[in-house]
This record gives sequence, structure tokens and C-alpha cells, in this order.
Amino acid sequence: MSTESAVGGETPSAALSPANRQRRYFLIAATATVGGVGAVGAAIPFVQSWMPSAKARAAGAPVTLDIGKLRPGEMLGPIPAWRGKPVFVVRRSDEALERLQQANPNLADPESGNPEMQPDYARNPWRSRRPEIGIYLGLCTHLGCSPKFYGMVQPESFDANWQGGFFCPCHGSRFDLAGRVVKAVPAPDNLEVPPYRFASENTVVIGEDEETA
Amino acid sequence: MEQTQQAKRAIPRLWGGLVDWVDDRFPATETWNYHLAKYYAPKNHNFWYLMGWLAMVILVNQLLTGIWLTMSYVPSGDGAFASVEYIMRDVEFGWLLRYLHSTGASAFFLIVYLHMFRGLMYGSYRKPRELLWLIGMAIYLVLMAEGFFGYLLPWGNMSYWAAQVIVSLFGAIPYIGPDLMEWIRGDFLVSEITLNRFFALHVVALPLALVGLVFIHIVALHHVGSTAPDGADIKKHKDATGKPLDGIPFWPYTVTHDVHATVVFLFIFCAAVFYAPEMGGYFLEKPNFEMANPLKTPEHIVPVWYYTPFYAMLRAATYPLFGVPAKFWGLVVMFGAIAIPALLPWLDRSPVASIRSKALASKWMLGLFVVSFLILGYLGITPPSPVATAAAQICTVLYFAYFVLMPWYTRVEKTKPPPDRVTMR
Amino acid sequence: MIARLVLLALIACPATAWAVETDWPMEPMSPNLEDAPSLQRGFKLYANYCLGCHSLRFQRYERTADDLGIPHDVAVDELIFTGQKIGELMTTAMDPESAKAWFGAPPPDLTMVSRVRGPEWIYNYLKTFYLDESRPFGVNNKVFENVGMPHALIDLQGVARDACPPGAEDCHQLAIDSGSGLLTAEQYDQAVQDLVNFLHYVGEPTRQARERLGIYVLGFLAFLGIFTYLLNREYWKDVH
Repeated sequence: MSTESAVGGETPSAALSPANRQRRYFLIAATATVGGVGAVGAAIPFVQSWMPSAKARAAGAPVTLDIGKLRPGEMLGPIPAWRGKPVFVVRRSDEALERLQQANPNLADPESGNPEMQPDYARNPWRSRRPEIGIYLGLCTHLGCSPKFYGMVQPESFDANWQGGFFCPCHGSRFDLAGRVVKAVPAPDNLEVPPYRFASENTVVIGEDEETA
Repeated sequence: MEQTQQAKRAIPRLWGGLVDWVDDRFPATETWNYHLAKYYAPKNHNFWYLMGWLAMVILVNQLLTGIWLTMSYVPSGDGAFASVEYIMRDVEFGWLLRYLHSTGASAFFLIVYLHMFRGLMYGSYRKPRELLWLIGMAIYLVLMAEGFFGYLLPWGNMSYWAAQVIVSLFGAIPYIGPDLMEWIRGDFLVSEITLNRFFALHVVALPLALVGLVFIHIVALHHVGSTAPDGADIKKHKDATGKPLDGIPFWPYTVTHDVHATVVFLFIFCAAVFYAPEMGGYFLEKPNFEMANPLKTPEHIVPVWYYTPFYAMLRAATYPLFGVPAKFWGLVVMFGAIAIPALLPWLDRSPVASIRSKALASKWMLGLFVVSFLILGYLGITPPSPVATAAAQICTVLYFAYFVLMPWYTRVEKTKPPPDRVTMR
Repeated sequence: MIARLVLLALIACPATAWAVETDWPMEPMSPNLEDAPSLQRGFKLYANYCLGCHSLRFQRYERTADDLGIPHDVAVDELIFTGQKIGELMTTAMDPESAKAWFGAPPPDLTMVSRVRGPEWIYNYLKTFYLDESRPFGVNNKVFENVGMPHALIDLQGVARDACPPGAEDCHQLAIDSGSGLLTAEQYDQAVQDLVNFLHYVGEPTRQARERLGIYVLGFLAFLGIFTYLLNREYWKDVH
């Protein structure tokens, strides 16, 4: 460094006093820090603009559904209901409800242990507000395929001992009629329960409950 | 103690090793030195030399906000106008992205005009910078096209009719004109088909061209070096190691200058974005808040301010010549006015580069040129009248006189010799 | 091709004719977006008197309610008459074809009327309807001559007449038949002020957010500028 001569009117850095050099380091660091804060701030609008827009939020508004014609053992859906996602609405027979209450060693999370997957009012063996009506998000918790409804208790190609429920054709995950995931399948969690409330005996509002309304 | 000392040495050693590894495979250090660390600029660079850098800053702004706007914009006849309002209302911070882009367009032209004026003042187009100047002219042309195509995209009523008028200009070309118009529009009127091709050009083709041209503009600049405002040549006086005595390296001196200028510029720019995005109707015109309507022309159609000098010249041509209608000559005058600066390297016969060394004739001609350009810009936004047309004709003549008479007045005037060393002032 | 353009221009001419400036002395008016009660009243007026024909099809009820400080349930009960959800755009139920049959042209969307014509123009327009039996709707307008629209606020303002003696030049006067409107002149002025305020808001609902954010951005840049200035000065001490 010391071989550098003073050229072009520029003082060689070696000629700087330590105090001078320190001031330069400080100013560079300070400018870079404040400028860095500015760069982060400037990134905010770009990042935020990727959030769901007012249009997307309006399209995903709560949906009111008439379930009066839904008979035991049948499913309504998949209907685009909560944030436009496919939702399953099933009415369970008395036998099915009884089966759901029996201890089942094949289930991965029979007690709905993961609070993320359902509102508190759905933490029961049926995972629903009313035992007979089950409302689940029709998206497999594995990689987001939409499972199919196999409501009958009968041998199926994927399970000779099938007790009724949902089967995901993408990667073979299985769920019972309360959307609870079976052990040893790719899906890690039970099917999600969206927020919902009953507006009357036969109408349900999906996407909204006492908390979110 | 010993260990920390070793650790302290280890980091630079590791870094040095990495640099060596890369340098064997890619000219990293060489590029860094050539374009930054050992790129020398005259140490008396002034305000006017900031514009190139600022133009780059805006280019980045336009590219980023443009890419983001494209994410929510719909290039269709039914959807375009609504999608702009969707961006303004429904998309989070969409209004900011849009205003940054629309204000950026005006800022881009303002900076580029100042950049070009610097070139005229200090003879930046002269040997050996002819190619640098021509590349710059190409950038300017692409920029004008980019602005024009982009202006149609909001699909407002002014967008629509401005496109209609400008495309109709080509109809003045003898023989091929009418067919050319239909070819450009892809329809018998400006329509969604036109919108779609303008969209493709605005968001893909021209930005690619622009970035490529800017790149070779900088490569050419760093090959020949910057001018000094007084016309001194910093390569004449070098020290024993070959460093120009009157130059300063890009880092840290040009950088600290440019960074501070960027902040000052951004302050002014953001003041416009946040407090005057319409700029009284000059950046965003009022009729453009109404959707394109092929049956209803706005009261008077004016281009955005950065085109108005040329628009005024177009309207100033009112005489038919050689049996060809005036409309055609308007087109010739307009495109001639845009293109003629490209000839500057060969029009300037002065022995000196900078306006500081030239004599009164050059100073007057440059002054008249600037004044006539500004007056033409003003006339271009005002409705035509006999007085305005006469004024536009005089200014058009002055505009061209600067170029056409240059070989004469630069040769006959008495110039001062340029300083041997740069002068700080 | 040229002939086609000329033809187009001719068709366009009658349409442009109505847009020309008037000689009516414009009463100055400046909107105030800080006045939330005025904006709320304006929204209510718009929903009751205008939205039946004039959509605000780029603006959503929800955003409007939020920006103006109106609770959602109040908005749903008192301001949404179309049965739409609160997140939806403020469109009209009117069928454009029949609208065209009634008015000659479908009533224009007014989302951005304030940005196109300016608040002062709308304010004066809404105050200068007057009785004119020669017009299809029995009224004419001093600011927008031969407008193809009835006086939507006539219940509120009352019946206005041209008060100039026949043949008088440079006379610009309207007189209201006393007792013909629900509102006094001052109350009507305030109502129109509220309505225009609201339309000014709808024209650019992000205006206030923009002006608030601007202060922080400019403040930050000024702060950053101190450092870049000092850094620049420090290094350029070397250059003589």
C-alpha cells in the first residue's frame, strides 16, 4: 500500500490518520445500515402485493348452504366454500356415528390433537358441531389433492376392510368419516375443519363462526 | 491469543482463495477493476454527469414495478381498464407500484433529456465517442417507442385516441401508408388486437432491447472514457503507474457522488409519486380515467409532455410540397427532428469539444436550440391557433438550424484552446 | 381508411359537444376527505339516489365501509340494496339494454368521475338543474347542457327555474320554488358537498394512505441523505 503515490489529487489511503480512517468506516457502515433499512422498506410493497387481493378475499367470502336435502350416508360437494377451496359436507348415519365413537387403533390422531386442524368446537369424536353433520376441507393434508368420498362400508380396491370415509387417489391417504387420518399413509394430519356455524336447522354458513364473524 | 490471530488471517486467506478460484474461470477481478476500481473519470465532473447513473436507477425502477404490474394487468379490451383500477384499489400497494411506474416514465424522459443536453454542451458525441453517441440515440428511440406502447395499456380514452392519432401518422406515407396503418393495428381501428401486440412489445421486446443497448452503451463508455466538462483529456497526464493524474477512480469517489445524488433524486421523485402523481394532468391525463371509447374523442388530444416538442413540429408543417400533402411533411419533420442528433459527431467541425472553449456563436445556437425545444414542448400541449402555429414554425426552424448550420458556425468561430489539466470550478 | 376516420370523427362530434366548457360561473368547492361524517352521509345519499342507475363498478362496499368507518352490519342493512355480499363491487342491477332505451345511453359508471371532471364540476352540476319543458325529462342543466338525465335530487332541492329575464345577457341565476324541496338551500348545499366528497373519495380511495405514507418515505430519504452527504463529503476531501 505504501508504494502508492498521491495521484490524481487523490490521497492514498495509507496517508489517512487512524481517526480519519475510522470515521470513514463508521460512515460507510452507517450509510449501508440506513440504506439497508430503506431497501427492506422498498421491498415491502412488492412483497405485500402478492397477498390475496380484495378481489380474492371477496371471492373467498363465507358461503351459505342449504343441507335440508342431504340424506344420511351422502355427501354434498366438493363445493367451493371457504376461500374458494373444495369443502365436503356429509350427513352420517347412526351406525356410522357409533363406529366413530369406538376406539380405533388404526387412526393416527383420533383425539384431534393438532389444534391447527379444527376449531375447538370440532374437537370431538365426530370432529363437528352436530354429530351427524361433518364439514371438512376437501384437500388432502399430504400434498393438497382432493380426496374422494367412499361412504359405504364395503371392501374397496385400496382397503379390503373399508369402514367408509375418504380416499385420496394421488398418494393413497385414507381418512375415516370424521376426516381422521389412518396410520401409515403419507398424509400427516386429519382433514381440516373450516370455521362454520348453523344459521338455522337446515342452513349452514361455511367460512364464518362466532369468532370470525 | 495466537489462535485468534490465526483466525484473523484465515478469513482473508479463504476469501483470496475463492477469488483466485473464480478468476481462473471468470474475469471477476478483471471486470471489477476495469469497470469500477480502476475506471477513472475526470475529477471535475459536475451535476450534468449524474444523469447517466440516475437513468439507470429509473430503468431499474421501471423494470421492477413493470414486472409487478404485469402480474395483475389484463391485456384485453374488456379487462385492461378494469385491471388498472383493480391494481389501484384491490391489490395491496398496487397504487404505489402503478404511480412509481407512471411517474417513473416521466422521470426517465426528464433525466434522459438532461443527459442528452450534457452531451450537446460538452461535445460528448465527438471522436472517439461517435459510437457511444449512436448507441445512446438508439436507446432514446427505443425509449420513445416503449413509452408510446406503454401509454396504450391503461386503455383509457386518451390512451386510445393518442394511439389512433400516432398510428394514423403512418398513413401519410405515400403508397404504403394506409396498408401500413392496418398492419400496425392489425385491425381497421385501434382495438384489442392492437392492445395485445403493444403489450407484448412493451413488456417483453423493447425492455430486452433497452437493457441490451444500455449494456453496450456502458461497455462503449468504459472503453473510451468520460469527457471532462472543460474538454481536458485526463489520459494525457499519467503518473509512473499509469494512473491519470486528473482522474478519480469510480470507487469510492464516483460512487459516493452517485449514491448521494440518488437519494436527492429519490426525494424529489417520491415527492411527485406521493403528492402529485397526476402532476396536474401532465403525468396522468384526466380523460384517461375514462375507459377507451371508439365513438368519443377527448376534447383535444395531446401526447404526454415528453413527446410534445415533436408533436408541435408535426403540427407546424402546414405547406404541401412537391405535390405531397403537408401531413406527410409533418411526419418527415417530426422523425427528422428525432433522428437528426444522430448526425452530430459529423456536423460538429469545431477544434474543441466543450461549450466552455467554444465562442459566442455556438453558445447562442445551443441556447436558442434549448429555448425553441422548450417552447415547442409548451406549444405541443396547447390547442392549435394561428399564432401558435407560426411560433411553432419559427421554433422548428431554430431547432433544425442548430444542427444544419453547425458545420459552418463551429468552423468559423474563434475558439479558446482547451485546458491542459482539468479545472475545478 | 381516411374516410372511415373522418366518419368516426363525425359520429364522435355530437358526443364531444356536451363536454365543452360552459359559461356558467362555477361556484368554488373543495372536497375534504378528513370529514368522515360528511363522507358517510355522502355514501348514504349515493346509495339512495344514484346507485340505482350509476354503478361504482371498480369499488367494493367493504373497502368503502372500512375507509369511511361504517360497521359492516350497518353497511349491509342500510347501504346495500342489491342483495350483494359486502366484499363485492358496487354494480347496479339495471340492465344496460333497457337503460339505453330509457336514457338514450346507459348511465355512465361514476367511480372516477371526480378524476375526470373534478369535484368542483360535479358540485356545480348537481346544483344547476332547472325546469325546461323542452327536454325529455323536463329538466335541463346549466353546466351540462341538454344532459340526458332527470334531476335525481329534485325531491331534496325542489324545483329550480331559470331566473333571468328573457334575452338578458350575462345573467346566471336560478331560483327555487319555495317549499318545493325537502331541504333548505343551505341543507341542499351541504348534501351536495357530502355527495361530491364521497365521489372524490371513491375516485382514489388510496389518496389518504398515499399522503400518509409519503411523509414517512420523504422523512426517511432526508435522514438517509444526511449520511450519504457526510460520506460523500468525507471521501471528496481527498480530491483537490
